[in-house]
Amino acid sequence: MSDPNQSVVLVYSTSHAIRIERLLKADQTPCKLIPVPRHLSSDCGICVRFANEDRSTVELLLEQTGIEVEGIKPM
Amino acid sequence: MKTVYLDHAATSWPKPPEVSEAMVKFLEEVGANPGRSAHRRSIEAARVVYGAREAVAELFGVDDPARVVFTLNLTEALNLALRGLLKPGDHVITSGLEHNAVMRPLRALEASGVAVTLAPHTEEGDLDLARLEKAIGPDTKLIVLNHASNVSGVLQDLSGVGEIARAHGLLFLVDSAQTAGCLPLEMTANGIDLLAFTGHKSMMGPLGTGGLVIGPRVDLERFEPLVRGGTGSRSESEEQPVFLPDRYESGTPNAVGLAGLEAGVRWVLRQKVETIRQHGIDLTTRLLDGLRHVPELVVLGGGEAMARVPTVSWQLPGLLVSDAGWRLDEDHGVLCRVGLHCAPAAHRTLGTFPEGSVRWSMGPFLEPGDIDHALAAIDTLARKMR
Ligand SMILES: Cc1ncc(COP(=O)(O)O)c(C=O)c1O
Repeated sequence: MSDPNQSVVLVYSTSHAIRIERLLKADQTPCKLIPVPRHLSSDCGICVRFANEDRSTVELLLEQTGIEVEGIKPM
Repeated sequence: MKTVYLDHAATSWPKPPEVSEAMVKFLEEVGANPGRSAHRRSIEAARVVYGAREAVAELFGVDDPARVVFTLNLTEALNLALRGLLKPGDHVITSGLEHNAVMRPLRALEASGVAVTLAPHTEEGDLDLARLEKAIGPDTKLIVLNHASNVSGVLQDLSGVGEIARAHGLLFLVDSAQTAGCLPLEMTANGIDLLAFTGHKSMMGPLGTGGLVIGPRVDLERFEPLVRGGTGSRSESEEQPVFLPDRYESGTPNAVGLAGLEAGVRWVLRQKVETIRQHGIDLTTRLLDGLRHVPELVVLGGGEAMARVPTVSWQLPGLLVSDAGWRLDEDHGVLCRVGLHCAPAAHRTLGTFPEGSVRWSMGPFLEPGDIDHALAAIDTLARKMR
């Protein structure tokens, strides 16, 4: 299910995924929690998917809140 | 018979109706294992658990909800902190007013080479901060203290101890069993590094909820988990993760209970802790005033309502506390706890070991009429004794 228009934030803990989801929703930036695609990680957890056009918003939010993430990857 | 529940220091009852509603909703509509699978109901369950984290963080003025680690209760949180942080050769300071949830893990650690000091109290019953500070040595790692005694209800000077801990580079662990939710309690303002809480008392959640809030000065690498296992994260690795909250939360959590805990804490936040506190002070003042009319009765620990949580322990000389508890329940419908309250050390400090005391502890749904009912009961008991 790769999608050239979307990216995901890979997180360490489910708690972080949900925190990011809440912050993005409060900011009206569309996002969705999805299973981590196998080609991106061997992990069983979830990650936060967002549209590439919102990348700077997402990066700014991570910077402001100091939430540590594994990385941002294209889908 | 009218019954008056005066055992809030053991667990609060009744709970706000939202608590059971949230728990039923979780069981009937969500029900999946939080954060394990990635389907919509598992994610929704994880949102519920996170909601509880957020509510607890808000209550204690903590910015990052991931710092809230959930446990079964406060006892488990204290075991996690004490056993995870202290190594043979370390020194720890506590007070003479602690619950066995602190004393038993400390005594076991003592047997494995951790030195334990009980800081003394002054004649007036306050913790002697000067002597506490003098007890600090090169191996001292931690000070652990309850915010209020579950026996006398008297508050301890957290910020004073927090300052001393900071000045000497020690970690400060607080047992908030009797205060969280009924007294404003800010983690940073009091210099607290680890805040242990239980969800089922004044936080108004169900039994089986509690946790530890871990501040930024705690080095996670040197703080061992009590339990290791699956966290739903880093599944490729057989090593326990080092990040919060997963490092200290292995295995399926009590998500049903945490759904209830969020509802309880949100109720507290809506009522406002300050309003709950004032109500507690009003009831305690009424109770203390009434008890003064029973001249034989001895109240444990000095202090007016402002200096305590809404808990008052007493003895009536000549009446065994077990008999008092029995008569209060059978004849008057007054439900309370008598004896040592799992805190022999505190009773020793207060001079009431081994006979114990009758403890009346109040909660947010009680009304002045309930206090008057309990006062009339003790009046009858005392008169029968004369
Ligand atoms: C001061 C104090 N510490 C610890 C505890 C233990 O709490 P829990 O039974 O929820 O583990 C209690 C209550 O029983 C308490 O009053």
